[in-house]
Amino acid sequence: MKNMKTISKLEIIIKKCYGNVVFFLLRGDSPLPDITAGQFVQMRVENNPNVYLRRPISIHDVDYQNNTVSFLIQEIGEGTCSLGALAEGNAIDVVWPLGKGFTIANKGDKVLLVGGGIGIAPLLYLGKKLKENDVDPVFLLGGRSAKDLVRLEEYNGIGEVFITTNDGTLGEKGFVTQHTLWNDRSFDRCYVCGPLPMMKAVAGMAKMKNVWCEVSLENLMACGLGACLCCVENTVDGNVCVCKEGPVFNINKLLW
Amino acid sequence: MVNEIIKLEGLTLKNPVMTASGTFGYGLEYADFINLEDLGGVVVKGTTLHHREGNPYPRMAETPSGMLNAVGLQNKGVDYFVQHIYPAIKDIKTNMIVNVSGSTIDDYVAAAEKINELDNIPAIELNVSCPNVKQGGMAFGITCAGIQQVVTAVRKAYKKHLIVKLSPNVGNIAEIAVAAESCGADSVSLINTLLGMAVDAETRRPKLSTVSGGLSGACVKPVALRMVWQVYKAVKIPVIGLGGISSATDAVEFMLAGASAIQIGTANFIDPAISVKVARGIVEYCERHGFANVSDLTGALQQ
Repeated sequence: MKNMKTISKLEIIIKKCYGNVVFFLLRGDSPLPDITAGQFVQMRVENNPNVYLRRPISIHDVDYQNNTVSFLIQEIGEGTCSLGALAEGNAIDVVWPLGKGFTIANKGDKVLLVGGGIGIAPLLYLGKKLKENDVDPVFLLGGRSAKDLVRLEEYNGIGEVFITTNDGTLGEKGFVTQHTLWNDRSFDRCYVCGPLPMMKAVAGMAKMKNVWCEVSLENLMACGLGACLCCVENTVDGNVCVCKEGPVFNINKLLW
Repeated sequence: MVNEIIKLEGLTLKNPVMTASGTFGYGLEYADFINLEDLGGVVVKGTTLHHREGNPYPRMAETPSGMLNAVGLQNKGVDYFVQHIYPAIKDIKTNMIVNVSGSTIDDYVAAAEKINELDNIPAIELNVSCPNVKQGGMAFGITCAGIQQVVTAVRKAYKKHLIVKLSPNVGNIAEIAVAAESCGADSVSLINTLLGMAVDAETRRPKLSTVSGGLSGACVKPVALRMVWQVYKAVKIPVIGLGGISSATDAVEFMLAGASAIQIGTANFIDPAISVKVARGIVEYCERHGFANVSDLTGALQQ
């Protein structure tokens, strides 16, 4: 019963702002459900009449001891801006946990976690779950500028971190696919979350190098439950719901 | 104790709340949030004779108090439904109703015949109003001649309760409802989605791959309510009201305007447990206003 989906009211305990990215640490009033890294929640937006549907937000981190869960929300539209405007003490209505998350690598596998922009969010919890399974995560995180890469200390705390920025303000200048790491190291598995062109580029490199690779898609969703069939991705199995069969897909299922 | 039972021409509902096709999957998608058996009925995803991949992504655009969709009847076909889905839902103790769609009269009839053989499916909802498929669907539902053709043919093939789901994209919906009634429909449900369109000004592109799509959600409620009232006055068969219902008060309004039962659609996306809350709220309304039977609300609009 523990892996059932549920509707919860989560209270905002800590809010931190990093430019247009907001970090929320939320506490549940009941024990947290079982959460797989890469799963997401549907957040209800209650303070904006222009926003009708819930907003899918990926789970950034989970702490079962303290019964807390955290999120990074980039304020890019009316929905995410309204969520970002909430304050400590406010509650967020979430439907969760949703979708299929990342496949945890086997002990001893060499893994690379590639994140772009706000796509770095789910990789933190993934890194922790990998570490629990005796896999040392290596992060390659990219942003347009240094200010886009938030909470880096958290990632540094669990694995090696390599950085690229488009403007060269942090790490190597350029895209994640241009990092020198690709020439120096080899990996068994690659996990990717970020903007679509970036994920396609990394998936292309993974294919070329014959590396197992999972990506996390973020197609527009309505229900988040596999009922409305709006968020479909065309795959080798036809159109499938990203919210239910994904958001994480092995690239060999995609028609990229 | 308020009596919640609703009787529609051979179909008994334990309460007036059903869930609308296309918004509730096969019911199982919502089983973590509610007990499906607390509902009057579940209308499952539109089913066609043959497998359909539906329209390309993007299929959805949010609009003020609503959304547009252009799913295009994606489903695995009636044989897949019979073999793989029916076994999983047949023991759910509520009315599991199949929404049937087609591109030709023969397709509708063939799919309805197959559903007719399923003991635990007490009704079909004939979808003559899907705006998102090029051939058929809405084409049958927007003229009296079209609806007469398809309802007459399906009526011969289907022996149980036949609901005909009406399109609001017509000049006079009452005429269409009367045509459906005269050809043997046991009830009508309305409204399906309203044709709409959304544009992204920044990219100068339509937001849907099909350019236009079906509008649903709270924004369509006044239109739906008016049409339910018009149809209620025109036909003798029961009317099932839907279109933007998001609360028990909304549901009561539809019943007062003439609906014998109601369906919850897009609101399921915002609160997956809304359907059972609406059913409870209708009972509370009846208690508050001294109605002994929920069915007494139907057409009780005072003028």
